[in-house]
Amino acid sequence: MLDFTYHRPASVADAAKIVGEIEDAKLMAGGMTLIPTMKQRLASPSDIVDLGRIPELKGIRRDGADLVIGAMTRHADVASSALVREAIPALASLAGQIGDPAVRHRGTIGGSISNADPAADYPAGVVGLDAVVETNQRQIAADDFFTGLFDTALEPGEIVTGVRFRAPDAANYQKLRHPASGYAVVGVMVARFGSNIRVAITGAGPSVFRAMEMEAALSAKFAVESLAGVSIDAADLLSDMHASADYRAHVVGVLAKRAVAAIS
Amino acid sequence: MGQFGIGQPVRRKEDIRLLTGKGRYTDDVHVDGQVWAAFVRSPHAHADIRGIDIAAALESPGVTHVFTGADLEAGGVQPLLYDLPFKDRNGKPMFKPARRILPTDRARFGGEPLALVLAETAEQAKAGAELVEIDFEPLPCVTSTARAGDPDAPVLYPEHGSNVAVHWENRAPDEIDALIAGAAHKVSVDLVNNRLVVAPMEPRCAVADYDAASDVITLYTPTQGIMTMQTAFAALLNIPKNKLRIVAQDVGGGFGIRSKRYPESIAVAWAAKKIGRPVKWRGDRSETFVSDYHGRDQVNHAVMGLDRDGRVLALRLETIVNVGGYCGDNGPRLPIDGGGRIIPCGYDIEKFYFSVKPVYTNTVPTDTYRGAGRPEANFIMERLMDAAADATGLSRIEVRRRNLIPTSKLPYRTQMDFVYDSGDFIGTMDMTVKEADWDGFAARRAESEKRGKLRGIGIASFVEQAGGRPTEEMRVKLEADGSATVYAGTFSHGQGHETVYAQMVEDFLGIPFDQVKLVQGDSDTTPVGGIGTFGSRSSMMGGVAIRRSCNQIIIKGKRIAAHLLQAEESQVRFEEGLFKVNVSSVSIQEVARAAADPSKLPEGMKAGLDENYLFEREPDAMNFPNGCHICEVEVDPDLGIVQIVKYTAVDDCGVVLNPLLVHGQVYGGVAQGIGQALTEDAVYDETSGQLLAGSFMDYGMPRAHHFPHMVAHFNESQPCKTNDLGVKGAGEAGACGAPPAFVSAVVDALSPYGVKHIDMPLTPERVWRAIADAKSKRAA
Repeated sequence: MLDFTYHRPASVADAAKIVGEIEDAKLMAGGMTLIPTMKQRLASPSDIVDLGRIPELKGIRRDGADLVIGAMTRHADVASSALVREAIPALASLAGQIGDPAVRHRGTIGGSISNADPAADYPAGVVGLDAVVETNQRQIAADDFFTGLFDTALEPGEIVTGVRFRAPDAANYQKLRHPASGYAVVGVMVARFGSNIRVAITGAGPSVFRAMEMEAALSAKFAVESLAGVSIDAADLLSDMHASADYRAHVVGVLAKRAVAAIS
Repeated sequence: MGQFGIGQPVRRKEDIRLLTGKGRYTDDVHVDGQVWAAFVRSPHAHADIRGIDIAAALESPGVTHVFTGADLEAGGVQPLLYDLPFKDRNGKPMFKPARRILPTDRARFGGEPLALVLAETAEQAKAGAELVEIDFEPLPCVTSTARAGDPDAPVLYPEHGSNVAVHWENRAPDEIDALIAGAAHKVSVDLVNNRLVVAPMEPRCAVADYDAASDVITLYTPTQGIMTMQTAFAALLNIPKNKLRIVAQDVGGGFGIRSKRYPESIAVAWAAKKIGRPVKWRGDRSETFVSDYHGRDQVNHAVMGLDRDGRVLALRLETIVNVGGYCGDNGPRLPIDGGGRIIPCGYDIEKFYFSVKPVYTNTVPTDTYRGAGRPEANFIMERLMDAAADATGLSRIEVRRRNLIPTSKLPYRTQMDFVYDSGDFIGTMDMTVKEADWDGFAARRAESEKRGKLRGIGIASFVEQAGGRPTEEMRVKLEADGSATVYAGTFSHGQGHETVYAQMVEDFLGIPFDQVKLVQGDSDTTPVGGIGTFGSRSSMMGGVAIRRSCNQIIIKGKRIAAHLLQAEESQVRFEEGLFKVNVSSVSIQEVARAAADPSKLPEGMKAGLDENYLFEREPDAMNFPNGCHICEVEVDPDLGIVQIVKYTAVDDCGVVLNPLLVHGQVYGGVAQGIGQALTEDAVYDETSGQLLAGSFMDYGMPRAHHFPHMVAHFNESQPCKTNDLGVKGAGEAGACGAPPAFVSAVVDALSPYGVKHIDMPLTPERVWRAIADAKSKRAA
């Protein structure tokens, strides 16, 4: 790891000021991706701005009907939160399946979605549950937030402050774990908001995406059999040593059915 | 004898130290004034080197020196040469090129070390290494085991003209082929024994400290054998053995790859003397992936002919072993006269043709890894036996029963010239079948089906071989305070020798368990005939040497006791720590105290009770641990996920010295075997030659959740007949039994679809694809 200047601002405003002024500064949330990358000398930012001591970024609160999870909330805290488990148990379940215990006690929701790893679990939760990403500048609908492989709608210096979820009538997250990393080879979040159904898929493609045909079929009738004959095009999916695109497409179908079955 | 004697489940002495962070590993060694080393590694799988420019690196802050192979060779460092005597059928010897410690002409695998940078800090050394400019001319590469010998494959050694090092055969095949052609049943298997990253918990590390006054280099390093390492490394450094001291304290896992002649360690030792400052190198995890020797990596084609009754008539086996970019110390040996010599394992097969082609490829060299050829051999035989069951209509148990060597045929000389002294292969299988409740499987399968799961049961009967080199030296010294010290030529790196050797000394001499200390890991104090710990040999070699050292202590003790009791030596009996003459006795502690005082000794006797014993067994008096493992799995047919739900092991490792330790060995071996069969795969990209599974983010180690509660039993009815203790090796059996038992179980689960085999590792996709392919074949 190369030397860098370490900053630990006490407020979002201070953090934004530092990243605004120093071109090569990098925000650090849990550091679960950034630190290994720096240790391998694949990233060498001049300055690290640690968001870990900013009180306004932490915690889970109810805001009317919504649930707002602060950007620096650890996965383990989401998984064990009584508020989350009551309002959106599928989200608590998703957080509890991320990585391993060490990652769940360091990694954060803001860090995960800002990094936008194609195999991360949270993007499926955020998109599937139609959440709103709150930043120090604006609110971004989940559908607009993830723009590609490790790419988001965030502008340089823009800091995620939290994620606003509305509770679905029911939701379920299904995942095929990567045998080494614990990331999602495929992760599927199915959420039902009245007659509106959302199906978000992570791990399978270069970025989280919604399975529109599945959503349409399930909106017509929310039942496992509605998914019969609905398939995902493997041409758009990833292939690697652990799973071919064909297999991923198949797994999406199986996991979507299991998620629907779990909440039918 | 007593609660700490042989056979007792004594808890490990070393665990409190190791589990509370008190272990002392090589990385804990810091020597005043040390510089840090970093290695420049080849980014290419295969490339000619046109030049190495070190100027910019030398200017980098903190960098003190940069060395290339030219510097090392000018300083007398020798290349790695290999003692591998294999010839082809015409007598042409194996092609075994020397490996230069840091080559300057060509890189043959990604990660190969090419230059050494020394700096004041580790980070400065790494930064300096990035500035060494190597002018590469990339070459086409080959990584595939099966294709390395193809006529159009890129060749690693143009002077040899082929990647095939030798085509070794045990005999001419004609008679075998004729027998197979005429057999009532003919079965064949094509197998891949996947390449593995060994991944011990402790990454590789080396600290070298040169003392100019004595001209001695002290090398702190993880190892599995102090004295073998001293001999090998001194030769490579071109210095006398007594000018190299090897020190290893705690070692975080060995599995066969620890004592090898690694270029990095040689370069570090040489550099410390060259620059007159201590040098430290700590390999990081990424480096262990691309520079520690890998394991396995064979492809096998085997054909077997059976008569109408399911008796094997003849076996033909062709193996290609991928040795990587260089020979490795043992790589090409493994299938031939290393562990692979055990084939055809426990089966009574007289007609056997065996061909081995070691091939060079642009990959990390392969070498010994837990089992070292025996897991591969047993995997081949067990997949063949399952195929034979399928072809003959016999059950998997019955076809094995008809072919396993019956106890009445022991001692049994195998086709590869081993002599099995003891074992009850059929009885052990029957025990396992009973313990695993094989007969109750149908009910369990039906229950799983109700939950949408396919259940399968698999069996593997295996024989492996333990012992390694035929000598070992141990020393047992009684201190004047009545305690004992064992100076070991073996080297415990996780096995629990502090515990089991103390049990032995308590048992043999009556000295309490907690007053027996183990000293190992320093060439200044290790018995010179020490070899080390690998090949499941420590109890059968080191244990016997302890037994005989203790016998010598008893003989001398009797003379001292006779003198103290004023009796004839022939009247003295030794029982449970007491030297007795009629009703009088002296304890071994009193004798030890007397032994330290020349005035209390018989005329002319040397003071002390301090005996060492160099045990030399008959070279062929290896032993043959064996067993039977039964695995049960549930398969999720929609996703292809396999979960092990039941695992039963019965092992015959002769006399069990400490069941807790042996259980640990069985569980660990099974875990590594299941790792190979379920998740581990060191995959290379065939075009670029890059290791795709180059980190724990991509390389799947076995996890706790893969395993159910496991039950290990012993068949203790067959003590080994070729050593004093009746022990057989115990370290590697699990890795032999688990892969075939597991694959057999998954294939059994998928039997409704007609699936016959799936290559390891049985990833969800492979299992799903096997089902999907079988379905579409049926539909067609």
